[in-house]
Amino acid sequence: MNIRTVAHLARIALSDEEASRYQEQVDQILKYVEQLNLINVDGIEPTAHAGAVFDVVRQDLVTGNSLSQEAALSNAPAVSHEQFRMPKVVE
Amino acid sequence: MNVASLTIAELRRSYLSGDLSPSEALSSIAVEIDQKDNAIGGYLSFDLDRALADAANIDLSLPLGGIPIAIKDLINVEGHPCSCASKMLHGKYTSPYDATVIRKLREAGAIPFGRTNMDEFAMGSSTENSGIQICRNPHDTTRTPGGSSGGSAAVVAGNTAIAALGTDTGGSIRQPASHCGVVGLKPTYGRVSRYGLVAFASSLDQCGPMTKTVADAALLLEVISGRCDRDSTCLNEDVPSYTGAVGKDIKGLRIGLPAEYFAKGLDPAVKDRIEAAIKTLESLGAEIVPVSLPNTEHAVATYYIIATAEASANLARFDGVRYGHRAEADDLIDLYKKSRAEGFGEEVKRRIILGTYVLSSGYYDAYYLRAQKVRTLIRRDFEEAFQKVDLIVSPVSPTPAFKLGEHHSDPLAMYLADIYTISANLAGICGISVPCGTVSVDGKALPVGLQLLGKPMGEIDLIRAAHAYEASGDAG
Repeated sequence: MNIRTVAHLARIALSDEEASRYQEQVDQILKYVEQLNLINVDGIEPTAHAGAVFDVVRQDLVTGNSLSQEAALSNAPAVSHEQFRMPKVVE
Repeated sequence: MNVASLTIAELRRSYLSGDLSPSEALSSIAVEIDQKDNAIGGYLSFDLDRALADAANIDLSLPLGGIPIAIKDLINVEGHPCSCASKMLHGKYTSPYDATVIRKLREAGAIPFGRTNMDEFAMGSSTENSGIQICRNPHDTTRTPGGSSGGSAAVVAGNTAIAALGTDTGGSIRQPASHCGVVGLKPTYGRVSRYGLVAFASSLDQCGPMTKTVADAALLLEVISGRCDRDSTCLNEDVPSYTGAVGKDIKGLRIGLPAEYFAKGLDPAVKDRIEAAIKTLESLGAEIVPVSLPNTEHAVATYYIIATAEASANLARFDGVRYGHRAEADDLIDLYKKSRAEGFGEEVKRRIILGTYVLSSGYYDAYYLRAQKVRTLIRRDFEEAFQKVDLIVSPVSPTPAFKLGEHHSDPLAMYLADIYTISANLAGICGISVPCGTVSVDGKALPVGLQLLGKPMGEIDLIRAAHAYEASGDAG
């Protein structure tokens, strides 16, 4: 595992010191979890959720009780024209 | 009288007899917090004025009428801060809505009061990963309260709260309850709505009560359980009378003893306490039956793949855009990277990186998919055991509370201490930690918790047995 590549995928900036520490610690954890390779899982279905609940549906109606625009924006670090404000992403 | 040392049942009696009013109780608890919590660090904040306003028109005849409940700082309460003990959110976020558990508490008359300390985003087993402040064990302030719901456990144990809510992803209710000597119940996955809880690992997280007595835990569970239209994983099943299970005897109840939970690594003094408690359960009429959970040794590895994978996806939302910390940056990718680098603490970053890796292209099958298959094996172990028994008994934690700083440089050592609690989350079953006495370490009496694990939706048996044990007086 290359810590820099993964940290980029995770969108986390790392200092050199953090990168070398995490590299060592994550390698150690990955080595520990290798024990799972010794288990025979042929034909075993994966468990994604412990309680098997499938296809929970409801009437396709507006339920009300949604957050107002004001409430949804109330914690935003930057707001402009009643929208989340971001750095420019198009040239 | 220290009001905060009362149980829910006792405080209710004081209200109904007219000895106390909710506003008097709240003011008295606030004084206790001011006097005691500096030494413990269990609370991140509390808002007496808001609680007094909530108390003004309370109906005392409701099941929790006027009862203040301390809330782990990852549960949204409208108008309250919700920091998850992270610099990402601390001072930067006020909840715009109530979680379903909070709505249900309010409908039952309870007053959310105080935000309790925790490991940042619930990642940890000692509350040392709090990004805000250190938290200490009231039984020995050189030790941690356990975690991640360490603040909730510490304030209940230290008599600065009547009761609290916590959340449990791999033991985060049961383990701090054990280390602090309080009752902590992790419900069956889907029993309690997760809507409004800041998600760590969505397939493992459950919210539950942390209380001074089993009866209080039963009452809180009865209030917060039940279906929720806003959480599709919340089970659409009726809520039975959990309070009705309190006081029922346990004659003929079959309790399984898993050999794997009494193997190497278990502190001998803890083991003695657990064995004494098992004898007590037997003397109360339970039948103790040996069972096997052969995949126990793989639970920690399985958990740390699944939990970190889910966390890496869940915590993607903290990107400096809609809420939380935003770093200065000209470029969008830099804004994400710097905001997350500055906002998240060490353990959170480590787990996001691990989770991102196990989900990444080329490694998904080898790590994540394989872990999900082993999860199936672990779940089957419990299904087979529960063919023979009604409950399983074990320690909660292999040792009493650890010293502050004991596992700082070695995250894996800390993870391994979760061995007895993690499987219940992977299997989705319910569990409780009930105090079973103390062990003496360095001249201090440190609490030990007895864990009972129940079948899916088996909370009735859990409460029945935990209460019978508590009432036996074996814990001293």
